[in-house]
Amino acid sequence: MAETKYRKVYVDVFALMRQDGMLLPKGFIWEDGAKYKIDRVRHAAPAASTKVGGRGIRYTVVIGGQEQYLYREEDDRWFMEAPVYQ
Amino acid sequence: MLMKKFIEKDEKAMERTILHCDMNNFYASVECFLNPDLKPYPVAVCGSVEERHGIVLAKNYKAKACGVTTGEAVWQAQQKCRDLVIVPPHYEEYMKFSKAARKIYEDYTDQVEAFGMDECWLDVTGSVGIYGDGEKIAQEIRERIKFELGLTVSIGVSFNKIFAKLGSDLKKPDAVTCIPKERFKEIVWPLAASEMLGVGRATEKKLAACGVRTIGTLATWPVEFFEKKFGKFGVALWLFANGLDESRVAAADASVPVKSVGHGTTALQDLENAAEVWRIMLALTQEIGHKLYTYEKRACGVQIDVRDNKLFTKQWQCPLPHPTQSASEIARTAFDLFCRSYEWRNPIRSVTVRAINLTAQNTPYQLDLFCDPLHTEKTEKIDRTVEDLRLRFGMDIIRNACLLDNPKMSSGGGPQVIMPTGVPT
Repeated sequence: MAETKYRKVYVDVFALMRQDGMLLPKGFIWEDGAKYKIDRVRHAAPAASTKVGGRGIRYTVVIGGQEQYLYREEDDRWFMEAPVYQ
Repeated sequence: MLMKKFIEKDEKAMERTILHCDMNNFYASVECFLNPDLKPYPVAVCGSVEERHGIVLAKNYKAKACGVTTGEAVWQAQQKCRDLVIVPPHYEEYMKFSKAARKIYEDYTDQVEAFGMDECWLDVTGSVGIYGDGEKIAQEIRERIKFELGLTVSIGVSFNKIFAKLGSDLKKPDAVTCIPKERFKEIVWPLAASEMLGVGRATEKKLAACGVRTIGTLATWPVEFFEKKFGKFGVALWLFANGLDESRVAAADASVPVKSVGHGTTALQDLENAAEVWRIMLALTQEIGHKLYTYEKRACGVQIDVRDNKLFTKQWQCPLPHPTQSASEIARTAFDLFCRSYEWRNPIRSVTVRAINLTAQNTPYQLDLFCDPLHTEKTEKIDRTVEDLRLRFGMDIIRNACLLDNPKMSSGGGPQVIMPTGVPT
Protein backbone atom coordinates (compact mmCIF):
# COMPACT_ATOMS: atom_id res chain seq x y z
CA MET A 1 0.00 0.00 0.00
CA ALA A 2 1.33 3.41 -0.97
CA GLU A 3 2.17 5.77 1.87
CA THR A 4 -0.35 8.61 2.32
CA LYS A 5 1.08 11.97 1.27
CA TYR A 6 0.30 15.13 3.14
CA ARG A 7 0.41 18.82 2.30
CA LYS A 8 0.76 21.88 4.48
CA VAL A 9 -2.35 24.03 4.70
CA TYR A 10 -2.14 27.42 6.39
CA VAL A 11 -5.39 28.32 8.13
CA ASP A 12 -6.98 31.39 9.74
CA VAL A 13 -7.48 30.75 13.44
CA PHE A 14 -9.82 32.20 16.05
CA ALA A 15 -7.90 32.13 19.31
CA LEU A 16 -8.33 33.23 22.88
CA MET A 17 -5.41 34.94 24.56
CA ARG A 18 -5.93 34.02 28.21
CA GLN A 19 -4.92 36.27 31.07
CA ASP A 20 -2.14 33.82 32.03
CA GLY A 21 -0.56 34.34 28.58
CA MET A 22 -1.68 31.02 27.12
CA LEU A 23 -2.99 31.20 23.55
CA LEU A 24 -5.90 28.81 22.97
CA PRO A 25 -7.26 28.13 19.46
CA LYS A 26 -11.06 28.10 19.42
CA GLY A 27 -11.78 27.54 15.73
CA PHE A 28 -10.34 27.90 12.23
CA ILE A 29 -11.26 28.59 8.62
CA TRP A 30 -10.17 25.92 6.12
CA GLU A 31 -8.82 26.94 2.69
CA ASP A 32 -12.25 26.40 1.08
CA GLY A 33 -13.81 28.92 3.47
CA ALA A 34 -15.50 26.36 5.75
CA LYS A 35 -15.44 27.28 9.44
CA TYR A 36 -14.71 24.66 12.08
CA LYS A 37 -15.10 24.83 15.85
CA ILE A 38 -12.43 23.34 18.09
CA ASP A 39 -14.20 21.38 20.84
CA ARG A 40 -11.17 20.86 23.04
CA VAL A 41 -7.46 21.46 23.22
CA ARG A 42 -5.98 18.28 24.65
CA HIS A 43 -2.31 19.18 24.68
CA ALA A 44 0.16 21.81 23.52
CA ALA A 45 3.92 21.31 23.23
CA PRO A 46 6.78 22.14 20.84
CA ALA A 47 6.90 19.59 18.02
CA ALA A 48 7.91 19.11 14.40
CA SER A 49 5.69 17.93 11.60
CA THR A 50 7.80 15.52 9.57
CA LYS A 51 4.83 14.88 7.25
CA VAL A 52 4.71 18.39 5.77
CA GLY A 53 7.88 20.04 7.06
CA GLY A 54 7.16 22.61 9.71
CA ARG A 55 7.58 23.12 13.41
CA GLY A 56 6.34 25.17 16.32
CA ILE A 57 3.82 24.66 19.11
CA ARG A 58 1.67 21.67 18.28
CA TYR A 59 -1.88 21.82 19.63
CA THR A 60 -3.64 18.48 19.82
CA VAL A 61 -7.23 19.56 19.21
CA VAL A 62 -10.57 17.75 19.04
CA ILE A 63 -12.83 18.71 16.11
CA GLY A 64 -16.16 16.90 15.76
CA GLY A 65 -14.88 14.06 17.94
CA GLN A 66 -11.70 13.64 15.84
CA GLU A 67 -8.24 14.39 17.11
CA GLN A 68 -6.12 16.63 14.86
CA TYR A 69 -2.88 18.55 15.09
CA LEU A 70 -2.79 22.32 14.68
CA TYR A 71 0.66 23.91 14.57
CA ARG A 72 1.60 27.49 15.42
CA GLU A 73 4.89 28.49 13.82
CA GLU A 74 7.43 30.92 15.27
CA ASP A 75 6.03 33.74 13.16
CA ASP A 76 2.51 33.03 14.52
CA ARG A 77 1.19 31.43 11.34
CA TRP A 78 -1.00 28.38 11.88
CA PHE A 79 -0.96 25.28 9.72
CA MET A 80 -2.48 21.79 9.54
CA GLU A 81 -1.55 18.55 7.79
CA ALA A 82 -3.96 17.62 5.01
CA PRO A 83 -3.86 14.19 3.33
CA VAL A 84 -3.49 14.22 -0.44
CA TYR A 85 -5.93 11.81 -2.11
CA GLN A 86 -4.86 10.60 -5.55
CA MET B 1 58.96 15.39 34.88
CA LEU B 2 56.52 17.38 32.73
CA MET B 3 54.36 14.27 32.32
CA LYS B 4 54.19 13.73 36.12
CA LYS B 5 53.15 17.34 36.68
CA PHE B 6 50.21 17.05 34.27
CA ILE B 7 48.99 13.76 35.75
CA GLU B 8 49.13 15.04 39.36
CA LYS B 9 47.16 18.14 38.35
CA ASP B 10 44.49 15.99 36.69
CA GLU B 11 44.03 13.79 39.77
CA LYS B 12 43.13 16.85 41.85
CA ALA B 13 40.58 18.18 39.35
CA MET B 14 36.87 17.42 39.73
CA GLU B 15 35.47 15.23 36.98
CA ARG B 16 33.29 17.14 34.54
CA THR B 17 30.42 15.96 32.33
CA ILE B 18 30.73 17.45 28.85
CA LEU B 19 28.38 16.81 25.93
CA HIS B 20 29.12 17.50 22.29
CA CYS B 21 26.00 17.69 20.12
CA ASP B 22 26.44 17.43 16.36
CA MET B 23 23.37 17.77 14.12
CA ASN B 24 23.67 15.13 11.39
CA ASN B 25 24.09 16.37 7.78
CA PHE B 26 22.71 19.64 9.04
CA TYR B 27 22.02 21.64 5.84
CA ALA B 28 20.76 18.61 3.92
CA SER B 29 18.61 17.42 6.85
CA VAL B 30 16.95 20.84 7.15
CA GLU B 31 16.25 20.89 3.40
CA CYS B 32 14.71 17.38 3.53
CA PHE B 33 12.69 18.30 6.60
CA LEU B 34 11.27 21.45 5.02
CA ASN B 35 10.51 19.65 1.79
CA PRO B 36 9.60 16.03 2.64
CA ASP B 37 9.28 15.20 -1.09
CA LEU B 38 13.10 15.23 -1.20
CA LYS B 39 13.44 12.44 1.38
CA PRO B 40 13.48 9.45 -1.01
CA TYR B 41 16.27 10.98 -3.14
CA PRO B 42 19.99 11.60 -2.77
CA VAL B 43 20.21 15.31 -1.96
CA ALA B 44 23.17 17.71 -1.97
CA VAL B 45 23.12 21.32 -0.85
CA CYS B 46 25.43 23.16 -3.26
CA GLY B 47 26.66 26.72 -3.75
CA SER B 48 25.79 28.63 -6.89
CA VAL B 49 27.68 27.47 -9.98
CA GLU B 50 27.02 30.84 -11.69
CA GLU B 51 28.67 32.69 -8.81
CA ARG B 52 31.54 30.19 -8.91
CA HIS B 53 30.72 28.67 -5.52
CA GLY B 54 29.66 25.42 -7.18
CA ILE B 55 30.73 22.91 -4.54
CA VAL B 56 28.87 20.44 -2.34
CA LEU B 57 28.24 22.02 1.05
CA ALA B 58 26.33 19.11 2.57
CA LYS B 59 24.65 15.90 1.49
CA ASN B 60 22.21 13.38 2.92
CA TYR B 61 23.01 9.72 3.61
CA LYS B 62 21.64 8.56 0.26
CA ALA B 63 24.02 10.89 -1.58
CA LYS B 64 26.83 9.83 0.73
CA ALA B 65 26.18 6.19 -0.18
CA CYS B 66 26.76 7.13 -3.85
CA GLY B 67 30.17 8.51 -2.93
CA VAL B 68 29.30 12.22 -2.92
CA THR B 69 31.67 14.09 -0.62
CA THR B 70 31.52 17.54 0.91
CA GLY B 71 33.72 20.07 -0.86
CA GLU B 72 33.78 18.45 -4.29
CA ALA B 73 32.59 20.27 -7.42
CA VAL B 74 28.94 19.95 -8.39
CA TRP B 75 29.80 18.29 -11.72
CA GLN B 76 31.90 15.67 -9.93
CA ALA B 77 29.02 14.89 -7.57
CA GLN B 78 26.63 14.63 -10.51
CA GLN B 79 28.96 12.20 -12.25
CA LYS B 80 28.98 9.94 -9.20
CA CYS B 81 25.25 10.13 -8.66
CA ARG B 82 22.98 10.59 -11.67
CA ASP B 83 19.76 11.15 -9.64
CA LEU B 84 21.35 13.67 -7.31
CA VAL B 85 18.93 16.44 -6.37
CA ILE B 86 20.77 19.72 -5.99
CA VAL B 87 19.29 22.40 -3.77
CA PRO B 88 20.67 25.88 -3.01
CA PRO B 89 21.50 26.72 0.63
CA HIS B 90 18.95 28.61 2.76
CA TYR B 91 21.10 30.02 5.54
CA GLU B 92 18.24 31.88 7.24
CA GLU B 93 16.45 28.57 7.78
CA TYR B 94 19.62 26.88 9.08
CA MET B 95 20.09 29.71 11.54
CA LYS B 96 16.53 29.32 12.80
CA PHE B 97 17.09 25.60 13.44
CA SER B 98 20.48 26.27 15.00
CA LYS B 99 18.92 28.79 17.42
CA ALA B 100 16.05 26.42 18.24
CA ALA B 101 18.53 23.61 19.05
CA ARG B 102 20.51 25.97 21.23
CA LYS B 103 17.37 26.89 23.11
CA ILE B 104 16.85 23.20 23.91
CA TYR B 105 20.47 22.87 25.10
CA GLU B 106 20.04 25.92 27.33
CA ASP B 107 17.26 24.11 29.20
CA TYR B 108 20.00 21.90 30.68
CA THR B 109 22.89 24.28 31.26
CA ASP B 110 24.01 27.86 30.83
CA GLN B 111 27.38 26.69 29.53
CA VAL B 112 26.70 26.18 25.82
CA GLU B 113 29.53 26.89 23.41
CA ALA B 114 28.82 26.85 19.69
CA PHE B 115 31.30 25.31 17.26
CA GLY B 116 29.83 26.36 13.94
CA MET B 117 26.11 26.38 13.23
CA ASP B 118 25.45 22.70 13.87
CA GLU B 119 27.73 21.77 16.75
CA CYS B 120 27.75 22.74 20.42
CA TRP B 121 29.54 21.77 23.59
CA LEU B 122 27.53 21.65 26.80
CA ASP B 123 29.00 21.46 30.29
CA VAL B 124 26.26 19.72 32.30
CA THR B 125 28.39 19.01 35.39
CA GLY B 126 26.12 21.19 37.51
CA SER B 127 22.91 19.66 36.14
CA VAL B 128 23.50 15.94 36.72
CA GLY B 129 21.90 16.17 40.17
CA ILE B 130 18.68 17.49 38.59
CA TYR B 131 18.38 15.68 35.26
CA GLY B 132 20.42 12.49 35.81
CA ASP B 133 23.84 11.53 34.50
CA GLY B 134 25.43 12.70 31.24
CA GLU B 135 24.06 9.82 29.19
CA LYS B 136 20.49 10.39 30.42
CA ILE B 137 20.70 14.09 29.59
CA ALA B 138 22.16 13.26 26.15
CA GLN B 139 19.36 10.78 25.39
CA GLU B 140 16.75 13.32 26.44
CA ILE B 141 18.30 16.03 24.24
CA ARG B 142 18.53 13.60 21.31
CA GLU B 143 14.84 12.73 21.61
CA ARG B 144 13.77 16.34 22.03
CA ILE B 145 15.71 17.51 18.96
CA LYS B 146 14.06 14.75 16.94
CA PHE B 147 10.58 15.44 18.22
CA GLU B 148 10.66 19.23 18.35
CA LEU B 149 12.87 20.03 15.34
CA GLY B 150 12.48 16.90 13.21
CA LEU B 151 16.28 16.50 12.93
CA THR B 152 18.69 13.92 14.25
CA VAL B 153 21.70 14.59 16.41
CA SER B 154 24.76 12.61 17.48
CA ILE B 155 25.96 13.26 21.00
CA GLY B 156 29.28 12.44 22.61
CA VAL B 157 29.43 12.31 26.42
CA SER B 158 32.77 12.50 28.14
CA PHE B 159 34.83 14.26 30.78
CA ASN B 160 36.46 16.79 28.45
CA LYS B 161 35.66 18.66 25.24
CA ILE B 162 38.03 16.72 23.00
CA PHE B 163 36.64 13.27 23.83
CA ALA B 164 33.05 14.54 23.79
CA LYS B 165 33.64 15.75 20.22
CA LEU B 166 35.31 12.47 19.33
CA GLY B 167 32.35 10.56 20.80
CA SER B 168 29.83 12.47 18.69
CA ASP B 169 31.75 11.42 15.56
CA LEU B 170 31.87 7.71 16.47
CA LYS B 171 28.19 6.78 16.04
CA LYS B 172 25.95 8.50 13.49
CA PRO B 173 23.12 9.34 13.01
CA ASP B 174 20.79 9.77 15.97
CA ALA B 175 23.04 8.22 18.61
CA VAL B 176 24.73 8.80 21.94
CA THR B 177 28.30 7.64 22.59
CA CYS B 178 29.82 7.72 26.07
CA ILE B 179 33.56 7.84 26.69
CA PRO B 180 33.93 7.56 30.48
CA LYS B 181 37.21 8.28 32.22
CA GLU B 182 37.65 4.64 33.27
CA ARG B 183 37.34 3.31 29.71
CA PHE B 184 38.73 6.05 27.49
CA LYS B 185 41.96 4.17 26.79
CA GLU B 186 40.19 1.15 25.29
CA ILE B 187 37.75 3.32 23.25
CA VAL B 188 39.94 6.19 22.09
CA TRP B 189 43.50 4.95 21.90
CA PRO B 190 43.03 2.45 19.04
CA LEU B 191 41.53 5.20 16.82
CA ALA B 192 43.53 6.95 14.09
CA ALA B 193 45.23 10.15 15.24
CA SER B 194 43.29 12.09 12.59
CA GLU B 195 40.04 11.37 14.45
CA MET B 196 41.09 13.76 17.20
CA LEU B 197 40.20 17.44 17.08
CA GLY B 198 43.36 19.42 16.31
CA VAL B 199 44.88 16.80 14.02
CA GLY B 200 44.18 18.03 10.51
CA ARG B 201 45.64 16.72 7.26
CA ALA B 202 48.96 18.53 7.68
CA THR B 203 49.48 17.44 11.30
CA GLU B 204 48.40 13.90 10.44
CA LYS B 205 51.12 13.75 7.79
CA LYS B 206 53.77 15.10 10.17
CA LEU B 207 52.74 12.63 12.88
CA ALA B 208 52.74 9.73 10.44
CA ALA B 209 56.24 10.70 9.35
CA CYS B 210 57.35 10.16 12.97
CA GLY B 211 55.47 6.86 13.12
CA VAL B 212 52.53 8.18 15.15
CA ARG B 213 49.34 6.85 13.58
CA THR B 214 46.98 6.22 16.49
CA ILE B 215 45.83 8.35 19.40
CA GLY B 216 47.28 5.66 21.68
CA THR B 217 50.79 6.11 20.27
CA LEU B 218 50.42 9.86 20.59
CA ALA B 219 49.42 9.42 24.24
CA THR B 220 52.09 6.96 25.30
CA TRP B 221 55.12 8.59 23.74
CA PRO B 222 56.93 11.10 25.98
CA VAL B 223 55.47 14.60 25.88
CA GLU B 224 58.98 16.05 25.46
CA PHE B 225 59.16 14.45 22.01
CA PHE B 226 56.07 16.33 20.80
CA GLU B 227 57.18 19.53 22.50
CA LYS B 228 60.43 19.38 20.57
CA LYS B 229 58.71 18.53 17.31
CA PHE B 230 55.61 20.81 17.39
CA GLY B 231 56.25 23.21 20.29
CA LYS B 232 53.26 24.25 22.46
CA PHE B 233 50.83 22.68 20.00
CA GLY B 234 52.57 19.32 20.41
CA VAL B 235 52.12 19.46 24.20
CA ALA B 236 48.42 20.31 23.66
CA LEU B 237 47.98 17.29 21.37
CA TRP B 238 49.65 15.01 23.89
CA LEU B 239 47.37 16.34 26.64
CA PHE B 240 44.30 15.82 24.43
CA ALA B 241 45.28 12.22 23.71
CA ASN B 242 45.75 11.52 27.42
CA GLY B 243 42.37 12.94 28.36
CA LEU B 244 44.00 15.87 30.14
CA ASP B 245 42.30 18.66 28.16
CA GLU B 246 41.05 21.25 30.63
CA SER B 247 39.56 23.80 28.25
CA ARG B 248 36.29 25.14 29.60
CA VAL B 249 32.95 25.33 27.85
CA ALA B 250 32.18 29.01 27.41
CA ALA B 251 29.06 30.49 28.98
CA ALA B 252 26.06 30.76 26.65
CA ASP B 253 26.16 34.57 26.74
CA ALA B 254 29.95 34.87 26.44
CA SER B 255 31.12 37.04 23.58
CA VAL B 256 34.43 36.45 21.88
CA PRO B 257 36.57 39.60 21.54
CA VAL B 258 36.87 40.74 17.93
CA LYS B 259 40.47 40.34 16.77
CA SER B 260 40.10 41.13 13.08
CA VAL B 261 37.39 42.04 10.60
CA GLY B 262 37.60 40.59 7.12
CA HIS B 263 35.57 40.28 4.00
CA GLY B 264 36.29 38.28 0.86
CA THR B 265 34.66 37.36 -2.40
CA THR B 266 35.08 35.14 -5.41
CA ALA B 267 34.66 37.33 -8.49
CA LEU B 268 32.00 36.29 -11.00
CA GLN B 269 34.70 36.42 -13.69
CA ASP B 270 38.47 36.46 -13.20
CA LEU B 271 39.97 39.89 -12.53
CA GLU B 272 42.35 40.88 -15.33
CA ASN B 273 43.81 44.20 -14.19
CA ALA B 274 44.50 46.43 -11.18
CA ALA B 275 41.47 48.65 -11.82
CA GLU B 276 39.14 45.67 -11.42
CA VAL B 277 40.95 44.63 -8.22
CA TRP B 278 40.55 48.18 -6.87
CA ARG B 279 36.78 48.11 -7.36
CA ILE B 280 36.50 44.76 -5.61
CA MET B 281 38.68 45.94 -2.72
CA LEU B 282 36.71 49.15 -2.36
CA ALA B 283 33.46 47.15 -2.27
CA LEU B 284 34.86 44.74 0.32
CA THR B 285 36.14 47.48 2.60
CA GLN B 286 32.71 49.15 2.74
CA GLU B 287 31.53 46.18 4.79
CA ILE B 288 34.73 46.19 6.88
CA GLY B 289 34.45 49.91 7.68
CA HIS B 290 30.83 49.43 8.67
CA LYS B 291 31.67 46.55 11.00
CA LEU B 292 34.59 48.43 12.60
CA TYR B 293 32.23 51.32 13.23
CA THR B 294 29.64 48.97 14.77
CA TYR B 295 32.24 47.24 16.97
CA GLU B 296 33.76 50.62 17.92
CA LYS B 297 37.21 49.52 16.79
CA ARG B 298 40.01 50.97 14.69
CA ALA B 299 42.39 48.94 12.56
CA CYS B 300 46.15 49.37 12.84
CA GLY B 301 46.97 47.09 9.91
CA VAL B 302 45.66 45.53 6.72
CA GLN B 303 45.97 41.99 5.41
CA ILE B 304 45.08 40.83 1.92
CA ASP B 305 44.64 37.34 0.47
CA VAL B 306 44.75 36.93 -3.29
CA ARG B 307 43.90 33.68 -5.07
CA ASP B 308 44.61 33.34 -8.77
CA ASN B 309 42.68 31.24 -11.27
CA LYS B 310 45.11 28.34 -10.70
CA LEU B 311 43.92 28.39 -7.06
CA PHE B 312 47.31 29.55 -5.80
CA THR B 313 46.79 31.78 -2.75
CA LYS B 314 49.14 34.34 -1.30
CA GLN B 315 48.79 36.60 1.70
CA TRP B 316 50.41 39.93 2.58
CA GLN B 317 50.00 42.42 5.39
CA CYS B 318 51.19 45.93 6.29
CA PRO B 319 50.53 48.54 8.98
CA LEU B 320 48.19 51.48 8.38
CA PRO B 321 49.71 54.99 8.70
CA HIS B 322 47.48 55.55 11.75
CA PRO B 323 44.63 53.60 13.40
CA THR B 324 41.45 54.05 11.35
CA GLN B 325 37.97 52.72 10.66
CA SER B 326 37.65 54.53 7.34
CA ALA B 327 36.67 52.18 4.52
CA SER B 328 38.38 54.26 1.83
CA GLU B 329 41.62 54.52 3.78
CA ILE B 330 41.73 50.77 4.39
CA ALA B 331 40.93 50.18 0.71
CA ARG B 332 43.75 52.50 -0.41
CA THR B 333 46.30 50.82 1.86
CA ALA B 334 45.13 47.36 0.79
CA PHE B 335 45.35 48.34 -2.88
CA ASP B 336 48.85 49.87 -2.46
CA LEU B 337 49.93 46.66 -0.77
CA PHE B 338 48.45 44.65 -3.63
CA CYS B 339 50.19 46.76 -6.30
CA ARG B 340 53.52 46.45 -4.48
CA SER B 341 53.27 42.72 -3.91
CA TYR B 342 51.30 40.94 -6.63
CA GLU B 343 53.03 39.87 -9.80
CA TRP B 344 50.52 39.50 -12.62
CA ARG B 345 51.22 35.95 -13.73
CA ASN B 346 47.60 34.81 -13.72
CA PRO B 347 44.19 36.49 -13.52
CA ILE B 348 42.69 36.66 -10.04
CA ARG B 349 39.79 34.54 -8.84
CA SER B 350 39.18 35.76 -5.32
CA VAL B 351 40.26 38.59 -3.02
CA THR B 352 39.97 38.96 0.76
CA VAL B 353 40.73 42.12 2.73
CA ARG B 354 41.11 42.02 6.50
CA ALA B 355 41.46 44.83 9.05
CA ILE B 356 43.90 43.56 11.68
CA ASN B 357 45.50 44.64 14.98
CA LEU B 358 42.31 46.25 16.20
CA THR B 359 42.25 48.80 19.02
CA ALA B 360 39.37 50.42 20.83
CA GLN B 361 37.95 53.43 19.01
CA ASN B 362 38.90 55.85 21.79
CA THR B 363 42.50 54.67 22.24
CA PRO B 364 44.79 57.70 21.84
CA TYR B 365 47.44 57.46 19.15
CA GLN B 366 50.58 59.39 18.26
CA LEU B 367 50.30 61.83 15.35
CA ASP B 368 53.38 62.37 13.24
CA LEU B 369 54.79 65.72 12.18
CA PHE B 370 53.84 65.47 8.54
CA CYS B 371 50.20 64.39 8.67
CA ASP B 372 47.31 66.80 8.47
CA PRO B 373 45.04 66.20 11.49
CA LEU B 374 42.40 68.60 10.19
CA HIS B 375 42.10 66.66 6.95
CA THR B 376 41.86 63.38 8.89
CA GLU B 377 39.15 64.84 11.11
CA LYS B 378 37.16 66.03 8.10
CA THR B 379 37.41 62.59 6.42
CA GLU B 380 36.33 60.92 9.65
CA LYS B 381 33.30 63.19 9.87
CA ILE B 382 32.26 62.17 6.36
CA ASP B 383 32.79 58.50 7.21
CA ARG B 384 30.72 58.85 10.37
CA THR B 385 27.87 60.44 8.42
CA VAL B 386 27.98 57.62 5.86
CA GLU B 387 27.94 55.00 8.63
CA ASP B 388 25.07 56.71 10.43
CA LEU B 389 23.08 56.60 7.20
CA ARG B 390 23.90 52.92 6.77
CA LEU B 391 22.93 52.09 10.33
CA ARG B 392 19.58 53.80 9.82
CA PHE B 393 18.73 52.76 6.27
CA GLY B 394 20.90 49.75 5.41
CA MET B 395 24.17 49.21 3.56
CA ASP B 396 22.82 50.13 0.12
CA ILE B 397 21.60 53.60 1.02
CA ILE B 398 24.91 55.21 0.03
CA ARG B 399 27.88 53.91 -1.90
CA ASN B 400 30.78 54.98 -4.09
CA ALA B 401 29.67 55.84 -7.62
CA CYS B 402 32.24 53.46 -9.14
CA LEU B 403 30.59 50.55 -7.29
CA LEU B 404 27.14 51.14 -8.75
CA ASP B 405 27.71 48.73 -11.58
CA ASN B 406 30.33 46.07 -10.99
CA PRO B 407 29.64 43.05 -13.19
CA LYS B 408 32.44 41.01 -11.60
CA MET B 409 31.30 41.43 -8.00
CA SER B 410 28.90 38.80 -6.71
CA SER B 411 25.73 40.28 -5.22
CA GLY B 412 26.44 38.68 -1.83
CA GLY B 413 23.51 39.17 0.49
CA GLY B 414 22.19 36.64 2.95
CA PRO B 415 23.39 36.14 6.48
CA GLN B 416 27.09 35.84 7.20
CA VAL B 417 28.24 32.56 8.54
CA ILE B 418 31.22 32.25 10.87
CA MET B 419 32.87 28.86 10.51
CA PRO B 420 34.64 27.21 13.43
CA THR B 421 38.42 27.23 13.42
CA GLY B 422 41.16 25.79 15.56
CA VAL B 423 41.01 23.82 18.75
CA PRO B 424 39.56 24.79 22.12
CA THR B 425 41.69 27.08 24.26
